[in-house]
Amino acid sequence: MAAHTNTGLLTQTQLLDLYFMEHRAGLLALAAFLDRLDRAQGADQAAEDFRLRALREALHELTSPEPGRVKRAQLRLSDQTLDLLDLRDSQSAFGAPARPKAEAEP
Amino acid sequence: MNYIDLHAHMISRTTDDYHRMALTGCLAVTEPAFWSGRDRLGPQAFADYFDHLTTFEPARAAQYGIAHYTWLCLNPKEGEDRELARQVLALIPGFLDRPNVLGIGEIGLNRVTRNELATFLDHVELALEHSQLIHIHTPHLEDKYKGTRVIVEALTQDPRIDPNRVMIDHAEEHTVEMILGNGFWTGLTLYPKTKASPARAIDMIELHGADRLIVASACDWGPSDPLAVPEFVLEARRRGHDDALIQRIVLDNPAQFLGQSPKFVPVKTGRAPVAADG
Repeated sequence: MAAHTNTGLLTQTQLLDLYFMEHRAGLLALAAFLDRLDRAQGADQAAEDFRLRALREALHELTSPEPGRVKRAQLRLSDQTLDLLDLRDSQSAFGAPARPKAEAEP
Repeated sequence: MNYIDLHAHMISRTTDDYHRMALTGCLAVTEPAFWSGRDRLGPQAFADYFDHLTTFEPARAAQYGIAHYTWLCLNPKEGEDRELARQVLALIPGFLDRPNVLGIGEIGLNRVTRNELATFLDHVELALEHSQLIHIHTPHLEDKYKGTRVIVEALTQDPRIDPNRVMIDHAEEHTVEMILGNGFWTGLTLYPKTKASPARAIDMIELHGADRLIVASACDWGPSDPLAVPEFVLEARRRGHDDALIQRIVLDNPAQFLGQSPKFVPVKTGRAPVAADG
């Protein structure tokens, strides 16, 4: 039995009764965003954008049968190196790790 | 239900927010030092800020029966400027004796640079020198995993650090185990887009238990909710959790951590919220 089994108090049916609609809405919002990107001006320019690529990779975790999807999705959206920057490059984070230039532009 | 919001940047909120927090059972807030939206130009700006946090803000909170405590530092977003950091670090001891100052925070990392790490370690030294509690910010978004690892590894290599006197905040699913597993207090901050939600915070509590876990609103001038802790209470009840567990997370745990400072006055539990919160 997996370590996480029975850590929640509600049954699966109770969780679906309470939360299905909001997560259905979330799924459709994401699907619509991906369609919107396809219809956007200059769509070819962003096909390999580091954020979009990380998002598509993280989406694979949602269809995994294994628990721990959210942690693995977070890691797909994380810089997993331990390299310190020599100087601050910006004040804000971007939501996904920017790839090194050599990798981004082969 | 009564609660303590352990991370609230009230300087950026209106007095109406204190009113609403009081209505929903807030007994105390602790306010870590904060980035104002732009890098400050000199140490005098920090002196003014620290004075605000230790005079005006506690007085404003007191009008609503809320105890206001604070933490002092340069926020990690301003840790890059080493000369400014040295000047501000020299100022902080002059404010540590003020009655609502509980420790040093929110120190930490933002983009995980060499200078940020040096400034972070300088703050840790200051806290150790003055026997202060420590409140730590972990970076946002793609930097969180890396920054949390760098912080945890730096602290665990220093034998002078008692992890029970350190709160590492803004944990999420990919960092909570490394923080809890090394004995630190762990904060789950609730934020509409860039941090954990009430539902995800409850998931982490269900998976990891309630020991050394705290939730907070982290409310500031960005999209955020000063009533995020009562929202967490409501969500936890919907998920079937009893009030004993919920009270532990929102009131008992923060009181236990903060009670390590002699300046923290134990809050009166069982005080009825003003509104019909139940």
